[in-house]
Amino acid sequence: MNLRGIWAVFRKEFRENLRDKRTLLSALVFGPVISPILVAGLVQFGISHAETQSDESISVAVTHADSAPNLLNYLSARGVNIEKVNFDEAAARNAVATQTHKIILEIPEDFGSRLQQGQPAPIVLYSDSSRAFERRGVGRVRALVSQYGIEIAQLRFLARGIDPISVLPISVQEIDVSTPTGRSVLVLNMMTYLVLLSMLFGGLYLAIDATAGERERGSLEVLLTTPVPREQLIYGKIGAAASYMLISLVLTVAMFAVAMSFVGLEQLGITTNLGPAAAAKMIACCAPLILFGSAYLTIISAFAKSYREAQTYVQLMITIPTMPLIFAGMMGLQPKLELMFVPFLSQHLLMTSVVRAEEILPLHMLVSVSSTLVLGALLAYIAGRLYRREALLG
Amino acid sequence: MLEARGLFKSFGKVEAVRGVSFAARDGQITGLLGPNGAGKSTTLRMLYTVLKPDQGDAFINGISVTADPLAARRSIGVLSHGAGVYNNLTARENIVYFGELHGLERADRDARAHELIEMLEMQSFADRLAKGYSQGQKLKTALARALVHRPRNVLLDEPTNGLDVMAVRNLRKLLGQLRDAGHCVLFSSHVMQEVEQLCDEVVVINGGQVVAAGTLADIRAHAANSHLEDAFVSLMNGGDAGNGEPK
Repeated sequence: MNLRGIWAVFRKEFRENLRDKRTLLSALVFGPVISPILVAGLVQFGISHAETQSDESISVAVTHADSAPNLLNYLSARGVNIEKVNFDEAAARNAVATQTHKIILEIPEDFGSRLQQGQPAPIVLYSDSSRAFERRGVGRVRALVSQYGIEIAQLRFLARGIDPISVLPISVQEIDVSTPTGRSVLVLNMMTYLVLLSMLFGGLYLAIDATAGERERGSLEVLLTTPVPREQLIYGKIGAAASYMLISLVLTVAMFAVAMSFVGLEQLGITTNLGPAAAAKMIACCAPLILFGSAYLTIISAFAKSYREAQTYVQLMITIPTMPLIFAGMMGLQPKLELMFVPFLSQHLLMTSVVRAEEILPLHMLVSVSSTLVLGALLAYIAGRLYRREALLG
Repeated sequence: MLEARGLFKSFGKVEAVRGVSFAARDGQITGLLGPNGAGKSTTLRMLYTVLKPDQGDAFINGISVTADPLAARRSIGVLSHGAGVYNNLTARENIVYFGELHGLERADRDARAHELIEMLEMQSFADRLAKGYSQGQKLKTALARALVHRPRNVLLDEPTNGLDVMAVRNLRKLLGQLRDAGHCVLFSSHVMQEVEQLCDEVVVINGGQVVAAGTLADIRAHAANSHLEDAFVSLMNGGDAGNGEPK
């Protein structure tokens, strides 16, 4: 095969798109700069919020506070700030809805007398569960109030000569081990997802421009009258898209490494393993995917009749290969040999292993690289076949 | 030398070209004349190998476009409809790129681009990006691109569309130069005056078929009308002058 045509097309597309603002922005700025900042920002926010929230004392507004002095003492002894207010039900609802108070405890006026008579004493707790950040505080207040109730019950049993232990047959002890690791999984998933997505975006506009765009501008027809076989033209274009994807991939991973070094990942229970060596490994895991990605996007845009149509298709279809990642994240998939055959998923799993400093089996790496390359070559071949059809001219 | 022999082409149910045959000789300008939708572009596209004929064949210097399209392409230069150029390349880069696709060595294609830029008087804009070009400048770029590999045959699809008077004059001059240098020039048009001023031979196409071919004098004689436009109208109406619509 004569490679001169491919080389000529590759160089021209590479150079022409270097002068295209849209291609450059999507290859060099959107993915590589914005996504690491986004993730680092979210992580930083998560960390600082978790820190402040656990230290922060909870503020509770209480109505008819005077009727339950012991309960309030009990609460404030356990770090709850009490603010006395005078609300009826409507005012309480309104105060929570408008966020003037986050949590309101409504104590009935006859609270004390009901307790003394051994009648159930109702308490109303107002909060807004759609505000995720306050859920913890509400949970804590609820737990403290029930604990207070249990203590009263225990005193009553004691007064009647019954061992309170006997009425508490089960004692639940909660140990939460999920928080740090759970959050780190989420961050990792987001990071690998964004690395792969921003890699694809790097070549997206070039793929559209070189196919649908070229046809729309009317230069395709003349291009097809040159003595270069049509499939070589498309291979050159796929190659150019792939080179932009590679640039985007390298930049994105490098930027992630830099961004994460500013964020205290250790606080989320992640061993920070995103130094230069890990970054290089991540790039090596993903690099075989650029052929698949660029051929995939080229095929989609070669089908479209116009630039805009191609843009619509591509932006829809770009999410399809990254779908398995979302499932992988939800199902907590672990690296397995059969999963290494799936492009995108295998890269996700390998990258996750790299960041977690887990060992990567050479066989896994081999299967991932070779199956991704074979599928990519197949897609490139299909693109070449498509370019030989006459319908291409529209 | 270009030759079409019994070309047929349909798109779905539409029969765009139904048995077109003609020849365009070296050292002559041949005009493909016909109303919109007559099949001019489809015929040209088969000649310059981007469409495959359903039936029939075309020959470029004796090389069959169906049997060996790559070889046929080496001796044709094409100015397609709309003359799209790459906006993010300069005119020079546009020309050099096509030189490379045609297999010219680096020194050769650079020299050739220089030569064409002088010949078409493109010096003032040749090294600016094509984004801001006028129609005339775009056409010159597309023409230079079509000529970079010194093709024996030059095919132009409605080259004067969207050009002002000066640009049309320049184009006419250039096509004359190409003819005098022994090239075979074939262009399509629906504008009578152009054909009248430029062509040595005319092929009139209507409804996907050749309705008349020959020199301007032949055409006028054929239609029994000394005015080309009237001759054209009478040919379009498929018969003698005066049998068409009332004047």
